[in-house]
Amino acid sequence: MGERLLLRGNEVIAEAAIRAGCECYFAYPITPQAELLEHMARNMPRLGRTFVQAESEVAAISMVYGAAATGVRTLTSSSSPGISLKQEGISYLAGSHLPAVIVNVVRGGPGLGNIAPSQCDYFQSTKGGGHGDYHIIVLGPSTVPEAGDLTMLAFDLADQYRIPVMILADGLLGQMMEPVELPAPIDLGLLPKKDWATTGAKGREPNIVLSFDLGPENLKRMNQALQEKYAEITANEIRCEETETQDADIIITAYGTVARIVKSVIAMARAEGIKLGLFRPITLWPYPYDALRRLSERVDTVLTVEMSAGQMWEDVRLAVGERAETPFYGEMGGVVPTPRGILNEVKKHVH
Amino acid sequence: MPKGTVVIDAERCKGCGLCIAACPQHVLAFSGMLNKSGYNAAHMENPDACVGCGFCALTCPDIAIEVYREKTPVKEA
Amino acid sequence: MSIDTASMSKVFERPASLTDARFTYCPGCQHGIITRIIGDALDEFDIAERTVGIAPVGCSVFAYLWYKCDALQVAHGRASAVATGVKRARPDLFVFSYQGDGDFASIGTAESIHAANRGENITVIFVNNQIYGMTGGEMAPTTLVGQHTTTTPDGRDPALFGYPIRFSEMIAQLEAPVYVTRQALFDTKRIMDATTAIKKAFRNQVEGKGYSLVEVLSTCPTNWRMSPTKANEHVKNVVTDVFPLGDLVDRG
Repeated sequence: MGERLLLRGNEVIAEAAIRAGCECYFAYPITPQAELLEHMARNMPRLGRTFVQAESEVAAISMVYGAAATGVRTLTSSSSPGISLKQEGISYLAGSHLPAVIVNVVRGGPGLGNIAPSQCDYFQSTKGGGHGDYHIIVLGPSTVPEAGDLTMLAFDLADQYRIPVMILADGLLGQMMEPVELPAPIDLGLLPKKDWATTGAKGREPNIVLSFDLGPENLKRMNQALQEKYAEITANEIRCEETETQDADIIITAYGTVARIVKSVIAMARAEGIKLGLFRPITLWPYPYDALRRLSERVDTVLTVEMSAGQMWEDVRLAVGERAETPFYGEMGGVVPTPRGILNEVKKHVH
Repeated sequence: MPKGTVVIDAERCKGCGLCIAACPQHVLAFSGMLNKSGYNAAHMENPDACVGCGFCALTCPDIAIEVYREKTPVKEA
Repeated sequence: MSIDTASMSKVFERPASLTDARFTYCPGCQHGIITRIIGDALDEFDIAERTVGIAPVGCSVFAYLWYKCDALQVAHGRASAVATGVKRARPDLFVFSYQGDGDFASIGTAESIHAANRGENITVIFVNNQIYGMTGGEMAPTTLVGQHTTTTPDGRDPALFGYPIRFSEMIAQLEAPVYVTRQALFDTKRIMDATTAIKKAFRNQVEGKGYSLVEVLSTCPTNWRMSPTKANEHVKNVVTDVFPLGDLVDRG
């Protein structure tokens, strides 16, 4: 506690998971999250915890399902193509009310893409890349320290709501190094007991973990239970941050690494007399529609900037409607937008 | 008294016939009585021949059969 | 003439570790025999209270209803990986998975092989009836050459779809597994042998010895278009020529 280290994003996420009491880690190697896997490989056995390099991302998410059912805190990590493989497992986790944390260090896509940073998995993460009516909580860290904090939060939210939680990072955040003060390990003994877990049916009725019922009325009830959960999470867990929006004429909506870049752009813009602000969603699901809607009533333009063809942009337009202009600037293929590039885009919309 | 007997739960029986084929003593046969599910349940056609070997119960996929055997008196030394 | 069972000894009854639920299997389907044997094994080792069963997708999707144990119903093919997750998280629990030939040997191929290769201390029951029952009778990887299924309506042609896969022999090549065996249920003797085998596989896990696989040749009267007794003869006379019975590995 209190020690300040220069650490890579991938390592911070791994170490935060350990300090959050992650008992079991299952993953398959993929760039650009190898350091996360390696950190777990070095440290989990040393702590008497479980590390398994699975035969595929499909196997890894299935191992997570098994461990999660027993009530332990469990983690898997991957990058875009591997996260695609996990979609079946994520649907099953969600449908079975199992807590788990999944890290996506997003890279260029589609297909094999490349290993450079991207934000092209927003739809997959927030609109459900797997089948069925479900959601997972999606958290978008913007800095290396925040990646650690949100990882700790992810385990708490997963347990509290019995839901998979995704850390939506990107290849730049995963690789960059920043000074981080690591959080203290939590006391697992203080966590509430999970009486639903499959720990052996001694002294009680068997616990069955499933996401299945042949009867439509029964499955409807199961779905209603999920929807009620999502409504509760939406009411209580939205997180977002505003930077210099109080007097802004134009705001940028961005998350993750792009939001970090935009903070530099704000300084540059204001030096040129442009009243620029940033609206940064931290929970990408549930999305802060209301906060963005209220903000959009006070500005002329809400510019969305993403490392994609425009995925969060759809949610921005949903929130803003006709209240402001909603242009988009994106870079695809792993190209990272530059502060100058973003500023030039801002200037196009300054009247 | 026969050496053994079986109790077949006619409502669990699905009339598959495996017990009938398994019985070395030809005790069992289809009863001709349809149970509530519409299956022609098995029954003891020749109860006197039953030796309580349990082959029928071992093969019954619905665990519909219980097997009893005559208590063997313990010989006094 | 009624027989007074009160004066007799009950020598066979439903295993205590099984619930009262009626099996949803077709008449004569031998899933029920294997389930009873598993219940018998859970009784013998007195482990139901610390057992987690893994139910697959297929006719035995409802396996979680048959045992007085905690259970998980999991994605198709993934049972071996899920079992790995459960056992690694809680090595004190007894973990068994129960899978058909599609679940274990087709979609689950990678998970099945790698859990065995890692030597996970689990017990895997693999029910091989050379066909896909639940979905209406399609070819399985274990379907025999010339066998008619809905996806091989003219009989399995090896030029198009290869040969029946002897998965236990493949697992037996790996170093880690401690017990790999193939059993059948077509007569009382084979049922007794299968019982011995499944109990050995359970004992291996109880004693912490490692990975055990019991492949059981079973019947699918409905999709084979045979009576249950004819189906048994088919296993005895035809299937065992392709899938020989016996222990392939026994390091226990």
